Amino acid sequence: MNQHRETYLKIENVSKIFGPRLSMGDRILRAAIRRGPPPSLTAVSGVSLTLAKGQTLGLVGESGCGKSTLGRVIAGIYPPTTGKVMLDGLALMEEGRKVTTAVQTVFQDPFASLDPRMKVGEAVAEGPVAHGIVPRSGARAHVAKWLSHAGLDPTLADRYPHQFSGGQRQRIAIARALAMQPKLLICDEPVASLDVSIQAQVINLFLELRRDLDLTCVFISHDLSVVRHVSDRVAVMYLGRIVELGETHQVFGRPSHPYTAALLDSVPRIAAEGEVLMEVKPISGEIPSPLNPPPGCHFAPRCPLATARCTAEIPSLRETAPGQRAACHHAESQLAEPERAGA
Amino acid sequence: MSPVLEVRDLRTEFFTAAGTLRAVNDVSFSLNEGEIIGLVGESGSGKSVTGFSLLGLIDAPGKITGGSVRLKGDELVGMAQPDLRRRRGRDIAMIFQDPIATLNPLLTIGQQMEMALAAHERLSPRASEDRCAEALERVGIPSARARLKAYPHEFSGGMRQRVAISIALLHRPAVIVADEPTTALDVSIQAQIVTEMKMLAREFGVAMIWISHDLAVVSGIAQRIAVMYAGRIVETGPAAQVLRQPRHPYTRGLLDSMPHATAPGQALRQIPGSMPSMMALPPGCAFAPRCAFASPACTSVPELTEAAGRSWRCFHPLDQPAQEGITS
Ligand SMILES: Nc1ncnc2c1ncn2[C@@H]1O[C@H](COP(=O)(O)OP(=O)(O)OP(=O)(O)O)[C@@H](O)[C@H]1O
Ligand SMILES: Nc1ncnc2c1ncn2[C@@H]1O[C@H](COP(=O)(O)OP(=O)(O)OP(=O)(O)O)[C@@H](O)[C@H]1O
Ligand SMILES: [Mg+2]
Ligand SMILES: [Mg+2]
Repeated sequence: MNQHRETYLKIENVSKIFGPRLSMGDRILRAAIRRGPPPSLTAVSGVSLTLAKGQTLGLVGESGCGKSTLGRVIAGIYPPTTGKVMLDGLALMEEGRKVTTAVQTVFQDPFASLDPRMKVGEAVAEGPVAHGIVPRSGARAHVAKWLSHAGLDPTLADRYPHQFSGGQRQRIAIARALAMQPKLLICDEPVASLDVSIQAQVINLFLELRRDLDLTCVFISHDLSVVRHVSDRVAVMYLGRIVELGETHQVFGRPSHPYTAALLDSVPRIAAEGEVLMEVKPISGEIPSPLNPPPGCHFAPRCPLATARCTAEIPSLRETAPGQRAACHHAESQLAEPERAGA
Repeated sequence: MSPVLEVRDLRTEFFTAAGTLRAVNDVSFSLNEGEIIGLVGESGSGKSVTGFSLLGLIDAPGKITGGSVRLKGDELVGMAQPDLRRRRGRDIAMIFQDPIATLNPLLTIGQQMEMALAAHERLSPRASEDRCAEALERVGIPSARARLKAYPHEFSGGMRQRVAISIALLHRPAVIVADEPTTALDVSIQAQIVTEMKMLAREFGVAMIWISHDLAVVSGIAQRIAVMYAGRIVETGPAAQVLRQPRHPYTRGLLDSMPHATAPGQALRQIPGSMPSMMALPPGCAFAPRCAFASPACTSVPELTEAAGRSWRCFHPLDQPAQEGITS
């Protein structure tokens, strides 16, 4: 779409490794069952990508593949273990601290991110006042503006989070992120807990605000139909690595990584008039433990195209078609498959 | 063939301090051996409460206030709790949305399965272990016998859900109520479980009520669909027909709000408004305030209309295209 627009987000060789830090509950459980501490875990491994201004990147993959971790590194919530994130040519972090408010996040569970004892108006005003985006005297008007942008009645600012429905709470979370006037918005599963009719309202709000404010977005979801609907480009992750990256219509229409193809095959669809649907094909086997990932291509043990080379040599993310890249030794065989319907 | 489960005019109410809430309102459907029915609808429409009511799992301030649930001919509504407990798990079982909440983190998978088994059958430890291992194998867990010694946290989400399913299947119940069994799981694991459950229904003749708000998942597993709105079933019929040619405007609204119904990047069609509070339902059709077709007639409750294996409660049902031809 906006191929000639300037790059806004640039991620270079980002990795995130979590040490064996355990919660108290885990520690008690592990002591009870006599297990030592687990080894460190590579949640995100060597990710590089760029995103043009005004574009939305969809981030998909199975649970635990590192989507949220990558989102948090881009948002400056976690410092990366290696590599760096640049916004508009400037480093996002300096000496382990976030140095910009240009990136904000909307999380899946707005209950967890909204303080139950704080009126929603205060929650929306908190960040902008603290960062000097608005003076305290202007806070009320600022809150009213962003609540109405998010489709909420500004007079609701004096209510508490529990007085709102799930869909309304998600609007509040969006208003709170936007009140910081970000250039880049990270949405981590923003509609996962909502049912289809409320999901439609929140997606429409997102599409409208993105256009009006010319936002650049990273949209994380395991719902492929939602990602396909809102994204210009899509990155597919598997066990911490990006395995495919391309324009949305390319990735959904003609995937060049067997994992992308398998993921698409496992999505249930409602058959159109007169259409006979293929049976949903589950991916064989379980997703391996990230603590002990298989050698070479991590997907090889579940891959129908795998050969000896796949377990011996890590495939690099290489161009498979103009604008499309995949980390697969056999991408050409995958690309030779017929184009998928409705791409 | 007589149905294994027959639900007639089931009504469940909650008597709360704020007022009476009718969560299940004159719900009727039946289920044949090996049949899977999908129960769909927005959050709060009464799907889970319907499921709990079938197993007699409604606690105060809730109460089943009317109707009948016949399981293999026996009436469950009003059955004494000890008798009901004997049927539960053995003849009718439930799988909950969250397998983490179902399984105890401090007991091994094997211990939990053996407890479930001992509730209805007396077996030697040896025979009991055999049965549990066999049950795990049936839901596709490899090296099942060794896995019996594992703790729930050593299993992935998908495997834990499969354990919950295998526990529900231990006694080969005639009916399983599966409440959003895959909503918390990835598409890939969801696909595995849907495939396995279909196979179990086919092979063992287990009938299932599959509760979900995801129409696409339901379309892949259920032969029939019942659409629920504000406590009532507003439309039923064969899955493919209901999803392709809905007769109730609410069903149409649900289908239209799915992303695939609109071109990428375009605004999705949303159902205007939201579901009314079940404590203050509008008179007549509860969907009328959100419905583009509503007329003065809609202030009374629409009767159930039945034709050609389908049924709906609506004064203004959507047209059926001519080529489908209703023959009743
Ligand atoms: N703070 C942390 N400490 C240690 N390990 C972590 C931490 N956060 C995430 N992980 C691990 O990193 C891996 C990636 O997790 P992440 O939450 O990024 O996955 P995800 O793709 O967002 O999954 P989901 O779809 O379930 O949200 C997982 O194995 C997870 O257990
Ligand atoms: N124990 C209870 N006490 C009072 N009201 C209840 C109770 N359990 C459920 N309800 C109410 O009954 C109605 C139906 O709830 P139910 O859980 O069956 O909805 P659902 O269709 O399963 O929704 P979801 O998709 O969110 O799971 C809701 O209005 C709910 O608030
Ligand atoms: Mg996540
Ligand atoms: Mg429910």
